[in-house]
Amino acid sequence: MITYENVSKVYNGEVKAVDDVSFHVEAGETVVLLGPSGCGKTTLLRMVNGLESITNGDIQIDGKSTSALNKIDLRRNIGYVIQSNGLFPNMNIEQNVTVVPDLLGWDRKKKGDRYNYLMDLVGLNPDQFRKRYPHELSGGQQQRIGVVRALAADPPVMLMDEPFGALDPIIRERVQDEFLHIQQEVHKTILFVSHDIDEAIKMGDKIALMKDGKLMQYDPPADMLSQPKNDFVSQFVGQDRTLKRLNIHTLADLVQVMDLNESDATIEETKELLVTSSLRDTLSLILDQQVRQIIVVDNKGNNLGAIDFSIVKDYLSTRGGTESLSFSS
Amino acid sequence: MNKNSNLSREVIGYFQDNVQLLIELTVEHVQLVGLAVIVAIIIGVPLGIYLTTNESLAGTVLNLAGVIMTIPSIALFGIMVPIFSVINQGIGFLPAFVALILYSQLPIIRNTYTAIKNVDPQIRDAAEGIGMKTSQRLFRVEIPNTLPVIMAGVRTAVVLNIGIGVIAAFIGAGGLGELITQGISRGNQEMIIAGSIAISILGISADIILRFIQTLLTPKGFT
Ligand SMILES: Nc1ncnc2c1ncn2[C@@H]1O[C@H](COP(=O)(O)OP(=O)(O)O)[C@@H](O)[C@H]1O
Ligand SMILES: [Mg+2]
Repeated sequence: MITYENVSKVYNGEVKAVDDVSFHVEAGETVVLLGPSGCGKTTLLRMVNGLESITNGDIQIDGKSTSALNKIDLRRNIGYVIQSNGLFPNMNIEQNVTVVPDLLGWDRKKKGDRYNYLMDLVGLNPDQFRKRYPHELSGGQQQRIGVVRALAADPPVMLMDEPFGALDPIIRERVQDEFLHIQQEVHKTILFVSHDIDEAIKMGDKIALMKDGKLMQYDPPADMLSQPKNDFVSQFVGQDRTLKRLNIHTLADLVQVMDLNESDATIEETKELLVTSSLRDTLSLILDQQVRQIIVVDNKGNNLGAIDFSIVKDYLSTRGGTESLSFSS
Repeated sequence: MNKNSNLSREVIGYFQDNVQLLIELTVEHVQLVGLAVIVAIIIGVPLGIYLTTNESLAGTVLNLAGVIMTIPSIALFGIMVPIFSVINQGIGFLPAFVALILYSQLPIIRNTYTAIKNVDPQIRDAAEGIGMKTSQRLFRVEIPNTLPVIMAGVRTAVVLNIGIGVIAAFIGAGGLGELITQGISRGNQEMIIAGSIAISILGISADIILRFIQTLLTPKGFT
């Protein structure tokens, strides 16, 4: 869907912000551009919709070079979300949300329907917010409206520059979860800038880790954690890689390669866990003193077997992890 | 004390006896200032906006407008007379009108320029990023969001020009300044005081009305 081909960006003839970057983003995928401040993430993003020119190389969308496209049309077909939300203070929420459809000349009814649909999608009451202004909303609500605005004209591609970076951690978690739900529904191709490894793991199908304008590694989060390509990557993803992997892997991943124990119907202190649960949730239940047996069940409620600590541990060590799971107490 | 209360009684008397004249002069004054400010807006607002895209010219124009403001008003009106004599309009409405337009430029250009310059760069970026053309960005986002500041510049220009408009009478352009010039030449104190009071009232009313308009033009989304 989006292809970077040997892309470089030099500002003012001296600052090399992006240095010969190539990668490909599949349709419907979320790719997180990750790296420390100043490594060129924003520049990489803004070259897609022509907000920054490309010094060398080419960016293609659906096989078409973006340099050949009209910038205004290009931008109207790409959702754009920024950290400061960028809502227009002089427009009410409905006007803000429907600003691109308006530019595209949609009729009133179509715009109204779209507004109602999208507000419902993010769980905000359309009528309650219609006539309100951005400054009357909380930070989390403003940011959600920013996302809704980017979705308004149903663009296939979304560019998001640290969209949740200004939110406090609890709100951020919630908005991230919500966005993941929305993405399951809308299937956009997303480039998502973040400097936070946890956010990248959570949001990304793949992560493009950058350093000083260069692409260090481009892989799914699980692979980046289990097989960091160099010291910079392993340092950036952190010492607690095992814990992070617990977030990524679900019981569904585990049951594909591991055998579970026979469940014992006589144990009273038994809990059931859905196969879609993360290993982190699994482990925290394993450590719960009140629970003596955990049975994994699928969506239909079928018993897949019982799980314990040693199975999780074996799974993680067979999945390319270099660290083993250990407890001191 | 006695003399003072006598004078105020005489001034009030003057107002009562000359209602018709006062209204006529006020209308003249308002027309002169009003037209000058309207033309000044037509020139100054687009110019101020244009200057945000041309830094080097911006400095020059703002300095020039600043220099014009520092010319004593009577001198500026004086300069206009010989210039407009060339087309036989040295005395009367036209030179005064042009002088007032020149005086209005600084507050209007400067406020417009500064306001547009100070639009939150993130908001400008968002407007650009979602695919607005330059004109759409200007009319849908930048101008609506800066209208209160631009309007404040217009208000300053109007109030300033109501005062300076007094000088217009010296070059035969009429207005409330007539009362003062004639009062001086006839040695008529009531006339001078009545003129000054009328101008002050006009200035204060204009300020109040324009403040009100400014609030009306402020987008609802502003606190
Ligand atoms: N408009 C610009 N002009 C000059 N240098 C810039 C500009 N924008 C960014 N840079 C520089 O390019 C590098 C990458 O910046 P950026 O893409 O914003 O990084 P990030 O988003 O990862 O923090 C930095 O060194 C930054 O100072
Ligand atoms: Mg950035």
